[in-house]
Amino acid sequence: MYTLGIDIGSTTSKCVILKDGAKEVAKSLIVAGTGTDGPNRALNEVLKKANLKLEDVSYIVSTGYGRKGYRLANTEISELSCHAKGVMHLFPKVRTIIDIGGQDAKVLSINERGRLAEFVMNDKCAAGTGRFLDVMANVLKLDISDLEKEARKATNPVQISSTCTVFAESEVISQLSNGSSRENVVAGICKSVANRVATLAKRLDIKDEVFMSGGVAKNEGVRNAMEEVLNTKIVYSKDSQLMGALGAALFAYEKSIKEE
Amino acid sequence: MSEEVKKKKKYVPNPNSAKYKLGKIVEKHYKEAIEAKANGEKIGWCASNFPEEICQTLGIKVVYPENQAAAIAARGAGEKLCNIAEADGYSNDICAYARISLAYAKIESAPEQDMPQPDFMLCCNNICNVMIKWYENIAKEKNIPLIMIDIPFNPDKEVSKEQIAYVKGQFLEAIKQLEEISGKKWNENKFKEIMKISNRTSKAWLEATSYCAYKPSPLNGFDLLNHMAVAVCARGTVEAAEAFEVLCKEYKENVKEHKSTFRVEEKYRIMFEGIAVWPHLRVTSSGLKDRGMNMVATVYADAFGLLYDDLDGLIRCYCGVPNSVCLESARDTRIDVAKRTHAEGLLVHTNRSCKLWSGFMPEMSRQVAKACDIPLTSFDGDQADPRNFSEAQYETRVEGLAEVIDSRKGDC
Ligand code: SF4
Repeated sequence: MYTLGIDIGSTTSKCVILKDGAKEVAKSLIVAGTGTDGPNRALNEVLKKANLKLEDVSYIVSTGYGRKGYRLANTEISELSCHAKGVMHLFPKVRTIIDIGGQDAKVLSINERGRLAEFVMNDKCAAGTGRFLDVMANVLKLDISDLEKEARKATNPVQISSTCTVFAESEVISQLSNGSSRENVVAGICKSVANRVATLAKRLDIKDEVFMSGGVAKNEGVRNAMEEVLNTKIVYSKDSQLMGALGAALFAYEKSIKEE
Repeated sequence: MSEEVKKKKKYVPNPNSAKYKLGKIVEKHYKEAIEAKANGEKIGWCASNFPEEICQTLGIKVVYPENQAAAIAARGAGEKLCNIAEADGYSNDICAYARISLAYAKIESAPEQDMPQPDFMLCCNNICNVMIKWYENIAKEKNIPLIMIDIPFNPDKEVSKEQIAYVKGQFLEAIKQLEEISGKKWNENKFKEIMKISNRTSKAWLEATSYCAYKPSPLNGFDLLNHMAVAVCARGTVEAAEAFEVLCKEYKENVKEHKSTFRVEEKYRIMFEGIAVWPHLRVTSSGLKDRGMNMVATVYADAFGLLYDDLDGLIRCYCGVPNSVCLESARDTRIDVAKRTHAEGLLVHTNRSCKLWSGFMPEMSRQVAKACDIPLTSFDGDQADPRNFSEAQYETRVEGLAEVIDSRKGDC
């Protein structure tokens, strides 16, 4: 039996197809989120890679910010539970998940039974999320994926103290015009994201292992800064962004068995 | 099929129902104030936690800017009025009730909820200090007197004799000032009578809210947010007491007949902390209802149930309203409500308007959740400014809360 999870975020769409709730058959990731053709493209791509037709898929669970309006889904489940499910499937020892997406940040705490026990999310402001990094990369005329390379070269990260994205943008500009190097500014930006999300994380009891998921997890600069502020090692996978879709596909399997 | 049958049946409210009676009381409250103003009587704008019993005894009509602001926001004009106040230079960080009220004082008309303009202002800071400047500004703009009762924040659990004496002196002075303004005379016997009625109303309110403890609850907790207006504006009237008594009867009946005004299966029972998000009431309430999540606990349940025997007792009550007590007292009241009603989760409205309420909420809610061993989540919103709320964020948090409750029950 094939089940599919689709995670429709604010900036990306991700799909995972599983066979019998265990074997990953295919995955896809499109940089276009809710309200665009991203979800459709992600779906078509994953089906193509799996060499399957939509009719071959027994059950679809949608998750993420755009989960509600997705008509092909049999049901929707929040990204909180899906992330927890996906991560626990691959990394059963994880007890804390820090997920930073395009426009929100969340920290999940997992209990001994591997279930979601508590969570905290960012407030309405999008500072400290992927969108914040996008804006900063833009100011620095860098591709988002280059931020980590730059951060690696830093010798003395600058302090970015504004939480507001607009103010932080002008802070970055004035740092550069005051002669700070681009790499030190980038490292400062990564640190500011880590600081902001770490204060959120500290509201929960941070237990090891700590896993980072979501698009921002790809950025080594933020991961390193996070390790430093939380004083713990961060576990990470190159598929971090797909954890929500994986969780959704796992739920889809459970649901279809139950309904049968 | 005949024409009449084809037409959709018009909803006819049952005039004997509590809902109808309570609605009529609010309607009558505004109508009487408008008529009194037209007859040349002096009208006051009054803080919700100002002792209503004083005005009732003197036969003075007052209206409540907080109730009005909530009604205006619920009917969709919150942003319009906030913008008017902001254009006058008020920061959008100020409480939206204040901004709406300041705007209304200026434009003097809002079809969403009109009320007469004030001849005097009655302020009491047991609710917050924003109110002092808000009322002062209106008094100054309109060149009318402001009567202010200072009820200090209480860091202790008990209300001291000295505090009662301090507030009592101001009560007596306020009565004198009101006699002068209105030309009406204070009558001690009438005051005793009003205190009795007010207690009767409070008792009925407390009894009605206590039905939330039943599993499933015979009421949708959001009902209480609507009925609360009567507990604020008409506590000292027999009609209010009677309407709440009818409400109790209805809930009792519901319990017997396994019925509820929460019209779906009650899968989760939660405590909702904070003022309602009036501009998004439908979204916030259906966000819960669609998941079978009923609000069974709110601090309002106890907040408007003021029970006392005499003037000192009355003052003690007003010194102990939710916003004027320390974190420990506020926390214990909530723990008590949550336990009594078997709440399984805590949903906190981080109200951008109310710095006082939301300021100590992260710590307090953490302590409440821990003491009751229930999961907690919060969302950003605003009681009256629609711009501070995001539906998608609300949905995810509510869904997350339901999933954590499930996961704790182990049936996910
Ligand atoms: S909402 Fe808060 S700030 Fe506004 S009047 Fe009420 S207590 Fe004061």
